[in-house]
Amino acid sequence: MIRYIGRRLLLILPTIFVPLILVFLMLRLAPGDPAAQILGDQATPDQVAALRHDMGLDQPLVVQFVFWLKGVLTLHLGASFFFRQPVIDILPSYAFVTIQVALLALFIALVVGACAGVAAALKRDTPIDRGLVALAVLGLSLPEFWFALLLIFLFAVTWRIFPVAGYVAPSEGLVASFMTIALPAIALGLRQSALMTRMMRSSMLDVMSEPYIATARAQGLPERRVVLRYALRVAAAPFVTVAGLSASHLLSGAVAIELIFSLPGLGKLLIDAVGRRDYPVVEGAVLAIAIMLAILNLAIDLLYALLDPRVRLS
Amino acid sequence: MNALATILEVRGLSVSLPIGGKLTPVVTDMNLSIARGEAVALVGESGCGKSMTARAIIGLPPPGAEIAGSIVLKGQELTQLTPSERRRIGGREIGFIFQEPMTSLHPTLSIGAQMTDGLRYHLGLSRTAALERARELLDRVGIPRGRDILAGHAHQLSGGMRQRVVIAMAIACGPSLVIADEPTTALDVTIQAQVLDLLARMREELGLAMLYITHDLEVVADFCDRAIVMYAGDRVEDGQPEQCLTRPRHPYTSGLVAAIPRMGGTSARLSPIPGQVPPVGAWPAGCRFAPRCAIADEICATRPVFDAGVRCWRPLASPAP
Repeated sequence: MIRYIGRRLLLILPTIFVPLILVFLMLRLAPGDPAAQILGDQATPDQVAALRHDMGLDQPLVVQFVFWLKGVLTLHLGASFFFRQPVIDILPSYAFVTIQVALLALFIALVVGACAGVAAALKRDTPIDRGLVALAVLGLSLPEFWFALLLIFLFAVTWRIFPVAGYVAPSEGLVASFMTIALPAIALGLRQSALMTRMMRSSMLDVMSEPYIATARAQGLPERRVVLRYALRVAAAPFVTVAGLSASHLLSGAVAIELIFSLPGLGKLLIDAVGRRDYPVVEGAVLAIAIMLAILNLAIDLLYALLDPRVRLS
Repeated sequence: MNALATILEVRGLSVSLPIGGKLTPVVTDMNLSIARGEAVALVGESGCGKSMTARAIIGLPPPGAEIAGSIVLKGQELTQLTPSERRRIGGREIGFIFQEPMTSLHPTLSIGAQMTDGLRYHLGLSRTAALERARELLDRVGIPRGRDILAGHAHQLSGGMRQRVVIAMAIACGPSLVIADEPTTALDVTIQAQVLDLLARMREELGLAMLYITHDLEVVADFCDRAIVMYAGDRVEDGQPEQCLTRPRHPYTSGLVAAIPRMGGTSARLSPIPGQVPPVGAWPAGCRFAPRCAIADEICATRPVFDAGVRCWRPLASPAP
């Protein structure tokens, strides 16, 4: 098990560095000059050149990359051109918001998806099954941002249960804070739960027809026990895989959702920083998202190994 | 036969399945009884209803199945029980051994967890006591180092070992009846013999009544006291396996025996039964074997009654004296 974890940890590195290198290159190859952007329209070419030199932008790309890589490895991500603050100090509060929303959304997606999927499988070909599958298809066909707007219209504007937008930190009141992330999380999570419902249903149907389920039933064990202990354990493996994919989608989906709900999360930070050509912040935000994804993937691999002992050996 | 020693008594059992939206009989008018320590073979081709009979007895028919007739286990009418009472008979009173040892054990639960689940549920044993009992059971079915096996998983065991584990699970709670559904079909020939030996030994030591489902009449000749040959949902012959092999009375049994490949046989060709088994739902109204039978005549258009161990108007040989 320890060797397995070690191997997985090594595999994390490319997951983090490949997107970073891509971002580094894309930003520098894209048109637009951050120095000019910062100084504004009135700046003279000399001023711009001086700032470019200060920021290291006049160096060859390779040199810039080596400096940048050294910075990443020592967590010196540079200072934001816009905030005039080290990136490493800016990121945590934004990351925290995104993590909060994504985790709550993942929780909603998992719970709703697992329950609906199992219920549909056990009640196969009944109105319950058909209703749940129809809902899942509907959920998959609705774009997230549209669904988010619908939720705002219903729960924030019409019934005034949740605030329309904005964010309250947990330190300023847990309930108020929860209310601000609830709608975004529901918008993200419910849509993902549609995918998970379908996955869980088909996975459960497969497993329930396996001979070992017949063995468990022939042992006279109650059906509840057969479903919860014997069937779910196996059906959960593909479900966990989808949950992993889904979670990475939640992180990227959070970008649009954060904009709609004006939440100060990584997604919003990233979009704003791209607009300002604030390279260090863009790189920092991508690094943060890449690390979050890598940790997520590791967690899923470990969960997989816990669920299925055969994975540990291969 | 002593009435008290009768473990299982099945009378007039019929099973119908919803096929294409309408209820179609797959087993009709099945009778069988098994005494303590007796082994009865249920022989027939796939689709003849032998497995369906077994599933009806243990109470796990496919969804939508309709079961009529009487199934009495140790004086208790199983068809009168509530579904949850019925469910509890499995594992406790009836042990079941499945055909596929490779897939009949759970892939990710440890062997110990699977073996102790039934023990804890039916006998109320503690975890430790159940594990100890599981180790004894493994020892009993010829698996030493039980402790290591219990901590391991199914994929670490060979087919023969898995089938031994399945047998240990089947006898775990001290059932009076064990149903084995082609328990050796998926195994190598050498392992087959070992598993058959083990089943025979368990039957003797524990005084089990055993229902052995197979398509191979020869395999059960030494092992079973009686053989019931099934064809298209019908019991067509009921007698000693040896007699079924050497002096079959039903033309179908005779055809089945003639189709067994033999070493050093004079004929290089096997003699298959002409024609095909009629599909479920398209059984002839009279004798169901008549369309394939060489000696069928007009009377065979009427359904024969089961008499003197055979359901045939024109039985071949006379029963052994």
